[in-house]
Amino acid sequence: MRLPSGGQIDRTQKLSFRFDGQYYKGHPGDTLASALMANGVRLMGRSFKYHRPRGVLTAGSAEPNALVALRTGGRQEPNTRATTIELFDGLQAFSQNAWPSLRFDALAINDRLSNFLTAGFYYKTFMWPAAFWEKLYEPLIRRAAGLGAITTKPDPDAYDKGFVHCDILIIGAGPAGLMAALTAGRAGARVILADEDSRMGGQLNSERFAIADMTAPDWAAQILAELSTRPNVRLMSRTTVFGAFDHGIYGAVERVSDHLPRPAQGKPRQILWRIYSRRAILATGALERPIAFANNDRPGILNAGALRSYANRWAAAPADTVAVFTNNDDGHRTAADLMAQGITVAALIDTRADAPTLPGVECLAGAQVIDTTGRLGLNSVTVRLANGRTRKLKVGALGVSGGWNPNLALSCHQRGRPRWDDTIAAFVPTADLPPGMSVAGAAEGQFSTHAALSTGAARATQALADLGRIATPPDLPQTEDTPSRITPFWHVTGDKRAWLDFQNDVTVKDVKLAHQEGFRAVEHLKRYTTLGMATDQGKSSNMGGLAVMAELTGQSIAQTGTTIFRPPYTPVALGALAGRSTGQDFRPRRLTPSHTWATEQGAVFVEVGLWMRAQYFPRAGEKTWRETVDREVLATRASVGVCDVTTLGKIDVQGRDAAEFLNRIYCNGFAKLAVGRVRYGLMLREDGIAFDDGTAARLAEDHVVVTTTTANAVAVYRHMEFARQCLWPDMDVQLISTTEAWAQYAIAGPNSRKLLQKLVDPGFDISNDAFPFMACTEITVCNGCPARLFRISFSGELAYELAVPTRYGDALMRRIMAAGAEFDLTPYGTEALGVMRIEKGHAAGNELNGQTTALNLGMGRMVSTKKDSIGAVLSRREGLNTPDALRLVGFRPKNPKARIPAGAHLLAKGAQMLAANDQGYVTSACYSPCLQTHIAIGFLKDGAARMGESLRAVSPLTGEDIEVEIVSAHFIDPEGERLRA
Amino acid sequence: MHDLAPLTALGTTRPRQDTIGPLTISEAPDWALASVAARLEQERACADALAGLLGGPAPGIAQHVQGAELGAFWIGPHIWLIEAPYTPDLAQRVKSACGGSASVTDQTDAWVRFDLTGGGIVAVMERLSNLDIAQMQPAQARRTVIEHLGCYVIRHADSLTIYGPRASAQSLHHALVTAAKSAL
Repeated sequence: MRLPSGGQIDRTQKLSFRFDGQYYKGHPGDTLASALMANGVRLMGRSFKYHRPRGVLTAGSAEPNALVALRTGGRQEPNTRATTIELFDGLQAFSQNAWPSLRFDALAINDRLSNFLTAGFYYKTFMWPAAFWEKLYEPLIRRAAGLGAITTKPDPDAYDKGFVHCDILIIGAGPAGLMAALTAGRAGARVILADEDSRMGGQLNSERFAIADMTAPDWAAQILAELSTRPNVRLMSRTTVFGAFDHGIYGAVERVSDHLPRPAQGKPRQILWRIYSRRAILATGALERPIAFANNDRPGILNAGALRSYANRWAAAPADTVAVFTNNDDGHRTAADLMAQGITVAALIDTRADAPTLPGVECLAGAQVIDTTGRLGLNSVTVRLANGRTRKLKVGALGVSGGWNPNLALSCHQRGRPRWDDTIAAFVPTADLPPGMSVAGAAEGQFSTHAALSTGAARATQALADLGRIATPPDLPQTEDTPSRITPFWHVTGDKRAWLDFQNDVTVKDVKLAHQEGFRAVEHLKRYTTLGMATDQGKSSNMGGLAVMAELTGQSIAQTGTTIFRPPYTPVALGALAGRSTGQDFRPRRLTPSHTWATEQGAVFVEVGLWMRAQYFPRAGEKTWRETVDREVLATRASVGVCDVTTLGKIDVQGRDAAEFLNRIYCNGFAKLAVGRVRYGLMLREDGIAFDDGTAARLAEDHVVVTTTTANAVAVYRHMEFARQCLWPDMDVQLISTTEAWAQYAIAGPNSRKLLQKLVDPGFDISNDAFPFMACTEITVCNGCPARLFRISFSGELAYELAVPTRYGDALMRRIMAAGAEFDLTPYGTEALGVMRIEKGHAAGNELNGQTTALNLGMGRMVSTKKDSIGAVLSRREGLNTPDALRLVGFRPKNPKARIPAGAHLLAKGAQMLAANDQGYVTSACYSPCLQTHIAIGFLKDGAARMGESLRAVSPLTGEDIEVEIVSAHFIDPEGERLRA
Repeated sequence: MHDLAPLTALGTTRPRQDTIGPLTISEAPDWALASVAARLEQERACADALAGLLGGPAPGIAQHVQGAELGAFWIGPHIWLIEAPYTPDLAQRVKSACGGSASVTDQTDAWVRFDLTGGGIVAVMERLSNLDIAQMQPAQARRTVIEHLGCYVIRHADSLTIYGPRASAQSLHHALVTAAKSAL
């Protein structure tokens, strides 16, 4: 019901919304829970295991019961707490875990079977037959029990990540947080005040008492108004600080657009903030805890403080006649506030024999609620009076207060353990806090408003002092300073089920069973019963469970202890964790200088590392990629082809010791590399395994340009920088990457020189004599464009690599294509490149796979014995140099049309497919259009001595079993005549 | 003069400019860069040579200096990036000044430069980098990660310069524009 007056809602505006398809009206300022309550809806969900009818329990983020699926389509979000959903026009929400309807749920039969469905029943019940578990039992259980279902549609909204810095982060904008922010803000510190609620003020928004002659909400609003004018204070509402991490870093989620039907154009739905703080003040208040009694889970039974919040903040109540069941004085405040709002309080049931009285309501001291009735909502409560008699009260709602727990989760995120405080019967934070954090107000166990204000100011003053700022705390306004009086009372004894954990359907009986079966440690109790799991992480239930276990073991609650508190404090959507890194934006792309041109040619691209490389260039009429690649290979070998090889890593090595430095980096000799010459180099890891290969071009005595493979560019640079800085700091060597500074194109094929001669400026002689194989030079092209020319070949053809500053890369590619028209110049992609290098027997990433040595690669003699280099010593290990060590060889199928599967293992004819019979493996395979047969290269035991032998290439994955002949890995031009032509 | 037409890092002939609310994001291709790394035991000579080029001391850690013609910022121990309005021979000029005291490498086309001018710089950068941009003073230069990419950020009195890897210019630009639309 909606109360006739009061509340922080805008009654001048109406919002329409739907719950389970039915239309309702609410007001701005409402939550979904308050609006449903105002419309007379108490039933909002079904419980996890027993499918019992459930209503709202709390008025905030600790809610275990009123979980709904919010929105539809791709925006549908399961397990959303109705208590935190801000109402907007057109909102649609759906109940969960009920079929066919919320009011009539077929699986409520589980409630009748509760004797068989006790804690841990599935650990014992579904033992046989074992095969049924995965296929039958588990799916059945998962279908019957659970929370909401996730949508399978993509989320259309965007999520941002962000980083903010402050001197003092204040978590929670209740009285303690506000006073801390005021103190720190006036002192000029950079302050962030974050609160999960849309309306800052915390508990003050739910109270009727006065602060400095103002209502509590008005006082909060006044403070916030001042804070909002201070440029050094940042107010972050709708922002949940969910984790305290190392070095003063806090994780927070800001719900930017969750209160809107959909985010505004370009705006995110949520932002995952990383907050860097020098100091933090935890002012997160306290959470009320229930008392367990028989059938205490019916819709209409709420935490008393929540009942007060709904009445005071939202002018809503679940019924016009209520009762309050309490063990502390705060329950009396609730009863008083409800009466002030015009709600009839049938009785104030206080477990304490010496309970105080409250004018206007019958106070039943020493009484307990022992049962309730009402199938879909509370009808009555049965009270056992102090004299032993029972009385039945007809009420539509019951407020229950078992006391308040300081909300200290974040204080324990770095494994801090709270200590038990008898005076408030609750755990409180210790001094073992995350570095830089202090705690104020109710989060510290200071439950009066005056104490919250004073500790907020004090903590801020101390934090400022820590940062070298002198602050004068503001004058504290007059307000209530009621002592907290409580007599601990956890559960009413009885035979019926009394709920501790509403979200996981854990009852007092379940804790007793856990105790009986030996699961007594708190962490075991949690795992055995599921107490404190799922979306609410036991915010309303953990204390009750611990107390019952303590009672059973005869230990104190302090001795029983708590489970570990871990981030996140409340659930964080995976979308927020992913941020913008989704789909095509999962990671940045690197585009080659010819990317635009290649796109115009219709190139198909392949991702190589982050690079987008042209894989092949299909032409009209070509039906398969193979057709295209065959054409590109044949055209290149017949005349000339061009390929963008910018992606190869380029490292500029300068200094007096540049050549000697490379001599130590590469396993082969480099000290005597002449200026104007290029040399192939092989790098080993420290353990002697091949790391990377490439070329080094000596442009001057003190200047060498090293190329690496595309994939290893960063790793090689890091390796070289490590060697420079840490291994040989006495060498005069300077390194810097120039990979992206130069556009580099491979021009390969018998007509490549003729083509180049059309581009290279007069005065540069690139004839075979003047510019032989493995030469390099700095030249100009196209009438003066600075360039570098390398005569190197990956394809095995007469070939060059031409580099110009990247900005001219697009123009140069177009110029090359124009100049090459008379030679039928063909652009080729990585596929053709791969085919040609396999035909030539050149090792690449598949062969330098982190398991192979120079010996395996057929380059054992390259590891110089005349000098030391990284990896050289360990490459000589006996185990790496056995007579039957793997050697790089080529394979030809007996049937030329038979594809050799890459990754296939090599077995003798008739041998079983066992690891013991494994003789090696295929690393790279392709169809060779030049040889008109499939070919492959790979590693074979003692391969160099086994030419002509027949083996089987067997793929256990695909089932292929191909007979192959062992041949040289150099299928084409084994003497290298072409590339020296 | 050669006749190859340059393209900007974003692949166009004219630099891209986006105005989102009070903020303008401009691709700035007309800048040349050269790295200067002091040779071993030539650190003093290198610093002196740079001082001659810049008209004042070479920038210290995380600093940027702007001389009459050239600017420079610190990128590592005894390593700087020199910047100047675009000229193809910046590296040669710097090498001439440094002589044998430094290794100089042309870095002009290794980077894409974006200049952020107008309002909202801090709000946008909060979505991109963990740098405390609000506290960065003019003439400070930092290395940071934006969109998974290693970038340099230089604070000027009324603008911010970002240097990012050229090949990823489109990804970086997309991130900047997306963040600006989101934050402003």
